[in-house]
Amino acid sequence: MMDRRLFLARGMAAGGAMAGVLPAAAQFRVEISGIGTAQLPVAIARFRDEDKAGFPVSQIVRADLERSGLFKLVPTAPDNLDENARPVFTEWRSRNADALAAGTVTRLADGRFDLRYRLWDVVKGTELIAQSLAVPKEDLRLAAHRIADDIYQKLTGERGVFSTRIAYVSKGAGRYTLFVADADGEGSRSALSSAQPIISPTWSGQGNELAYVSFETGKPVVYVQDVLNGRRRTVAEFRGSNSAPAFSPDGTQLVVTLTKDGNSELYAMGRQGDNLRRLTTAPGIDTEAAWSPDGKSIYFVSDRGGGPQIYRMGASGGNAERVTFSGSYNISPALSPDGRYMAYINRNGGNQFRLQLMDLLSGTVTALTDTNDDESPSFAPNSRLIIYASRAGGRDLLMTTTLDGGIKARLSPPQADVREPVWGPFGR
Amino acid sequence: MMSTHVNSRAVWLGAFTAALLILTGCASNTRVEPPAPLENRLAGAGTPATVVPSVNAGATAAQAPQSTVTPVDVTGNDLMANGSGRIVYFDFDSFVVKDEFRGVVEGHARRLSADRKRRVLIEGHTDERGGREYNLALGQRRAEAVLKSLTLLGVQDGQVEAVSFGKEKPAAAGSNEAAWAKNRRAELKDR
Repeated sequence: MMDRRLFLARGMAAGGAMAGVLPAAAQFRVEISGIGTAQLPVAIARFRDEDKAGFPVSQIVRADLERSGLFKLVPTAPDNLDENARPVFTEWRSRNADALAAGTVTRLADGRFDLRYRLWDVVKGTELIAQSLAVPKEDLRLAAHRIADDIYQKLTGERGVFSTRIAYVSKGAGRYTLFVADADGEGSRSALSSAQPIISPTWSGQGNELAYVSFETGKPVVYVQDVLNGRRRTVAEFRGSNSAPAFSPDGTQLVVTLTKDGNSELYAMGRQGDNLRRLTTAPGIDTEAAWSPDGKSIYFVSDRGGGPQIYRMGASGGNAERVTFSGSYNISPALSPDGRYMAYINRNGGNQFRLQLMDLLSGTVTALTDTNDDESPSFAPNSRLIIYASRAGGRDLLMTTTLDGGIKARLSPPQADVREPVWGPFGR
Repeated sequence: MMSTHVNSRAVWLGAFTAALLILTGCASNTRVEPPAPLENRLAGAGTPATVVPSVNAGATAAQAPQSTVTPVDVTGNDLMANGSGRIVYFDFDSFVVKDEFRGVVEGHARRLSADRKRRVLIEGHTDERGGREYNLALGQRRAEAVLKSLTLLGVQDGQVEAVSFGKEKPAAAGSNEAAWAKNRRAELKDR
């Protein structure tokens, strides 16, 4: 294990520099902007023969690390390095790199690809990782994300989220499609396609199922779909509207918003739609349930006090306490998996909808963006990044931000208008 | 988008109740009529209740000149032909069914009271501003307001369902007040 303090001390010194848009990242269509406060300088050399394999392994690793906001990418060109090289550490130190990775992509006789790489601690002149992954061609992207995860974990001591998945909805030419993609927005695969709107997708805690609201029957109905085999079941199709599904952290329960009793209220049910119980009874709207990661509380939006505000109650209902007090319109709560933060959307006086972060212990609120149409925040499973929807140039787009708002990245899935992002759990 | 305030709710409730008293009066007049003539009264053209459908034309042909054409006007039945007849528009931040849409609600109440087998879906919609789920709840409130006025006019609960599309299906594109005004609406659809 490497000395993290050393990294952090050097990272601070480099802090304040604009990360800008690196050429490699631009090639890979990842736009990153902002200022990192404590970035570890790392160098990821181009993997030998990655061009021959037709897959930009090192670019994916670099873009992943950069998007996390914790790393400053040190240029490597034109070095010819691979995992068997003996790097001249003094030279890399003079380039201000604290760590260096290099590797090779080799096509195996059975058609699979072997990815071999090493990660070195440049400061100490020691080896940190020496690894080989043999994968089928379809999993090259996943393997690159796994390498980024391993490097991230070795250098920060925390789990990386680059090999996790996201889900989002695209709208184009009168069709709505629910996509599942890599955490960087690439490699998207259609999970559901409809001529009617699809909203509010959410992952089960195990990452094998998606719940969502589909209007395919002419009204909002809640479905749960197995991502692997496409099998789906209707879990809420009551009179009126059925919406805003939220899986409990242990995956056994769903909270949904139903209007069957004449008002938008929260109900809990088993994951098959069984054992329905009403959780809220206040007059007015109660919707957008979000579970606390310990499964004990439910955060939700209610206009019981006039405008929409976020409240918290026990998981079986009962008294609710108001959580947001600043501003007249606060919606779409999302809880960080470590339980420390709540992300949500605030409408300010200028009709601008902006992503906010509340430290739940202190109640301190930080505005994370200066954009005007933010929606649907969702935390990465390591609680270090938030994915959200926004708008620019008349298009719906997906963004990630660090929790200090310092580093933002625009994800670039191939679809034009993308919204309703939700980050899946660890464990693929 | 709209938000509800306790005081504004009280105001609209008062206005709405007053409007309903008037509407209920109209409805009770028409509901005592037998179903078939009621259909013709709805046509609003003063057509006699004994209006002759074209399939029976042969029975009266002997007495009437060959060139006689008996007009049948079903405009009142065909609410679809009159676009505004199926849409109730709402003010910003509001789910009050305004006076100018009393006729729309009344027309549907008569139609549904005349035929208890008829069913209508009421879709609530909002403009594009605000969150998707919260707008879904606000659109639902608009649909419920129309549903409530229909049931107070005698429509049975099983004939109507209020649902919401939130901001997902705007009627007009654009991010300006003209478009938003067209999108803050409830649509009544036969099912």
